[in-house]
Amino acid sequence: MAASPVMPLCHKISLQGLGKVFGAGAKQTAVLEDVSLEVAENEFVTVVGASGCGKSTLLRIIAGLETLTSGAVLLNGQPISGPGPERGMVFQDYSLYPWLSVMENVRFCRQLKIHRERSNSAREVHAAIGRSYALLELMGLLERKDAYPNQLSGGMRQRVAIARALMPKPQVLLMDEPFGALDAQTREVMHDLILHLFNRERSTILFVTHDVEEAIYLGHRVVVMAPHPGRIDSIHVVPLPAARHADMKLTPEFLALKKTILQRIHTTSGVYTDQDVLQRLTEIESFTH
Amino acid sequence: MKTRTAFWVVRGDLTRSTYLVIGLIGFACLLLIWSGLAASGWFERIFLPGPLEVLRRFVVWLTQADLLGDIQISVYRVTAGFLFSLLIALPLGLLIGTLKPIQAFFEPLIEFARYLPAVAFVPLVMLWVGIDEGAKIAIIWIGTFFQMVLMISEDVRRVPMTQIEAAQTMGASRSEILTRVVLKSAMPNIVDTLRVTMGWAWTYLVVAELVAANSGLGYAILKAQRFLQTDKIFVGILLIGLIGFIMDQLFRLLHRRSFPWLHLR
Repeated sequence: MAASPVMPLCHKISLQGLGKVFGAGAKQTAVLEDVSLEVAENEFVTVVGASGCGKSTLLRIIAGLETLTSGAVLLNGQPISGPGPERGMVFQDYSLYPWLSVMENVRFCRQLKIHRERSNSAREVHAAIGRSYALLELMGLLERKDAYPNQLSGGMRQRVAIARALMPKPQVLLMDEPFGALDAQTREVMHDLILHLFNRERSTILFVTHDVEEAIYLGHRVVVMAPHPGRIDSIHVVPLPAARHADMKLTPEFLALKKTILQRIHTTSGVYTDQDVLQRLTEIESFTH
Repeated sequence: MKTRTAFWVVRGDLTRSTYLVIGLIGFACLLLIWSGLAASGWFERIFLPGPLEVLRRFVVWLTQADLLGDIQISVYRVTAGFLFSLLIALPLGLLIGTLKPIQAFFEPLIEFARYLPAVAFVPLVMLWVGIDEGAKIAIIWIGTFFQMVLMISEDVRRVPMTQIEAAQTMGASRSEILTRVVLKSAMPNIVDTLRVTMGWAWTYLVVAELVAANSGLGYAILKAQRFLQTDKIFVGILLIGLIGFIMDQLFRLLHRRSFPWLHLR
């Protein structure tokens, strides 16, 4: 892989002047206003912003789970209409089916008509079974394949959810704060897992988070959003090699970008975020040492 | 001391056998108080028969009259009325809980209908359906159906939205979402709802049989009252309680068998 961020070959997703208004009449509030963004094939784009900046709404619109008020979402140059299996989604919580085992959850899409009609020859069914095993192996969950979700830890559940979303081979993977409910250690493991997965599956990922460090570590580009109304404030190319390593979080480039992004969030939202406080603490610490 | 604290912990747990023993003590207390009151002589025998008299009456009813036939016909009526309710309430509740237009159409109607007293429909039912089996089943249906639909639709509404949305992003159609996600997800709660509404079906059985029947446990209770056979009334009431209790346990068993992921320990 190239040592610099992947150059756009063709636009996988194209957001054109996207707008979203909630409510009607006097109670109308603009959640998103004139959001335009191009995501290239095989690109990993992360979106950060303070709460209320509409980053989750943006992702849900691309998934087709919310309608848009103005503008357009294009996938491979075609406007989307509603949700579809070419755009997989991983949610923050509670999306697994508790009545199905881990393996049955991963294979859920094979029950659906759209996938059965598309690939139902003996060879394809065989390939799907092979893929479900491969995904669970990759997620380190093969020996827990017969467990129910409520027998698993939060991190394991989210790995099942990712495997399930990847099973139908989506062209784009949308991730809505997928690690938000996990503890810090588990989250770091998940970061390296998702990077490994990204390189293996050669997918396109749009990843929403409130964690700036996570956004920089994972993304080729980081989109910073600002609230009231939700809009894109700035887009930052991450100056790190494509093959990431945890030590990179301490490099000057990483910290400089983190500071810049935190400042953008801070000035646009006018709210102290947790990251701001942390940033101050680290500054004080480096000062006293 | 250690065991005592574990015993009285808020939201604590008991072993299955301890639970059973305490439950049996509860029944034993009831029996004891009843025997005591009956033996005390404060009440006339004709108003409060003792446990032994009731037991004797039970044997007489079983051997010299058609107790099993009475039980059979009552169970049949309850089951038929209940299943008939379920047959309509399940699909309708599923649709009301998932599709807003259907909710808007049916929910106000059903909210209205469930406050109509089922008992007041008895004369109408007799006029429309007659006095045969259909009439009793209809009364049980009126008593259970409306509550059942509303409760099932509420169970369905409690299915987490992300479970539905996850299916949508995997390409599930609307009918697949209803059958493969919403119904499956709500099923444990629906079975609990059925357990509760089964209890109400028994209540309305007695109403139906008190008014328009010549067989069944409710009818036997009414006839016993005419002849001042208090002990027979007791037998009838206790039997209805017992059968209801058994059905409740069967529903719990069904729950444990059908939804193993909820009973992992």
